[in-house]
Amino acid sequence: MAASATPGTRSGPGVVGRITGGLGRSRELTLVALMVVMAAVVTVGAPQFLSASNLGQVTAMAAIIAIAASGEAMVVMTKNIDMSVESVIGLVAFLVGVILRSGDLPVPAAWLVGIGVGLLLGMINGAVISAFRIPAIVVTLGTLSIFRGIVFILAGGKEVNLGDLPPGYADLATDTILGIPVFVLVAVVIVSAVGLMLWKTRFGRQVYAVGSNAEAAAILGIRSRLVTFAVFALAGALGGIAGVMWGIYFGTIYATSASGLVLQIVAAVVVGGVSISGGSGTVVGAALGALFLALINNALLVLQLPQELLQAIYGAVILVAVSADAVLSRRHRLGAREARR
Amino acid sequence: MSASKAAPGTAPAAARRSRRISPASLARWETLLVLLLVALIIAGTRLSKVFLTGNNFANLTSSVMEVAIMALPMTLIIITGDIDLSVESMVGLAGAVLGTLMVAGLPLPVAIPIVLVVGALGGLLNGLLVTRGGLPALVVTLGTLALFRGLANVILGPTVISVWPDWFTEFGFGTIAKSPIPYTLVAFAILVVVFWLVTHGTWLGRQVFAIGKSKAAARYSGVPVASLRTWLFVVSGAVAALAGIILAARFSSARNDNGTGMTLTVVTVVLLGGVDINGGKGSIPGVVLAVFVLAVLQNVLRLAGVSSEYQGIGVGLLLILSVIVPQLARQTRVVADRARRGRRPPAGPVTQGETTALS
Repeated sequence: MAASATPGTRSGPGVVGRITGGLGRSRELTLVALMVVMAAVVTVGAPQFLSASNLGQVTAMAAIIAIAASGEAMVVMTKNIDMSVESVIGLVAFLVGVILRSGDLPVPAAWLVGIGVGLLLGMINGAVISAFRIPAIVVTLGTLSIFRGIVFILAGGKEVNLGDLPPGYADLATDTILGIPVFVLVAVVIVSAVGLMLWKTRFGRQVYAVGSNAEAAAILGIRSRLVTFAVFALAGALGGIAGVMWGIYFGTIYATSASGLVLQIVAAVVVGGVSISGGSGTVVGAALGALFLALINNALLVLQLPQELLQAIYGAVILVAVSADAVLSRRHRLGAREARR
Repeated sequence: MSASKAAPGTAPAAARRSRRISPASLARWETLLVLLLVALIIAGTRLSKVFLTGNNFANLTSSVMEVAIMALPMTLIIITGDIDLSVESMVGLAGAVLGTLMVAGLPLPVAIPIVLVVGALGGLLNGLLVTRGGLPALVVTLGTLALFRGLANVILGPTVISVWPDWFTEFGFGTIAKSPIPYTLVAFAILVVVFWLVTHGTWLGRQVFAIGKSKAAARYSGVPVASLRTWLFVVSGAVAALAGIILAARFSSARNDNGTGMTLTVVTVVLLGGVDINGGKGSIPGVVLAVFVLAVLQNVLRLAGVSSEYQGIGVGLLLILSVIVPQLARQTRVVADRARRGRRPPAGPVTQGETTALS
């Protein structure tokens, strides 16, 4: 991350190398270019792709994933991972549905409870990981299962139906302000806020520092365990927001809702250019990654290709993205070494 | 196993003790598991008259055999400091390939070896990306977790293959000649003997532990680190395919979601068995004990009327606890050491263990 900011490759690689290097350095630009090409190709095959209703659907789902992915991106930046986020989304979506069904709380209060519960679940992850210094993968695999078990208890074998919710509740997913879907606005605001925090604040720099070199960060006086805790707590809260939106989008919520979603979220993060070895990447990249995956999903739909391909594509995307990262960073390191000579 | 960790003779004994779990304390971990198992068995007998019947024994063992056999290669992979999250999807893919080949008219004795090869190739993909590509095992196997499941979806779609030859389903849940011993338990036992001997009795096993303690040191001492790690993934893939075959036989069905969620249980069994998530430590007997602890626990919970959907909470808690408890023991030992000697102990696993999930 720090290295990629140095433009000092005077005697560096040739034109091709500089272009691929540039693309590698700005994953955001690469993704935007890829999406434009993909959208053009798909539109030729299926013109309805560009219709407002179709794009609205793509972006609504992308918005949910983008918000969850911006939390996951922060976690990955600190060289950790959160496997439990799909259960947080499922639990919050279900809980908000149950509260609204009971009619005990007004809608905004139910949302706040949902986001608060997400924050709490994230704090549990963060507390166990940083207090006992256990690898995040173990803890979050455990809580992935525990949180899902709580949804099953909450559900007691019954789902929340759209009919149980206040009238017009699900319309929020398709409402627009000045022609822009509300979900997209929410995602843009949240991703920008998280991005600004990482970019401009002391805490943000600490997140990158902990991920790129924990020992150096400790020497600088950064309390890495506290940063880790905060990052997991934030990821939980963002998962909570995504859970509330998931509930609005689908209306009918099952105990198994959002199962398997973590693969899509991690795929968005790595395809968005957040390095799995920590310390680099942006939440904007992760959000664009979410949009990219949503586009692929929708392209399969409008081109009437089998939906069964989707899971395999997510897997391939993860593998290709991390391999590309490794190749580019290796080439970049070599290039930097050449330049120093 | 203990032979591989001859500590430098100059280090003071106390420091050495604080740096690793000694064989004596590993034995204590296994004693703990035996006690836990006995307690669960007593609880089971109190709970229901059915518990101590041969039928119930056959049920409770055969219900965890897929997890049990996958835990054996996973043990070695975690000892080397890697992880394989993709095994549950290989279970699904293996069932899908086996069912599709059978429906296409291939006899099972021909199809089964093909499926095992598919598993080995999937493992090879994991291994090459990790060792030659230099990528973290966690992310690679997360990718193949999606990829293998996706391939199962593509091959099977929503189809369920549920017509199998009698001998095949008999292998899945039958027992040997009216005894309470399932065929699958015999398969597991054979694999346990092989893994036990290789891990604790051969140079290969010592090399696995050496890789887990320090990849650099192992490489400088001539251990073929990359190829050994790759081979472990290949074995893990092939064994996961075998587990997929067994699961298809036991349920007499191949569906695209066969095995979903199993990785969690496999990792839980391995860590409950005393294998260190940071690599370098663990034993096959510990993991075998953990398999039976889990099997009896699930059985007792079921007899107590806890539905399997809620049991996920128990498995998740067990996973986290089986890492917290040794970590706490280690931390208190370090603190006690510090108090006794009145100065800071050498940097040990306590600082090493911090946030290494992705490295």
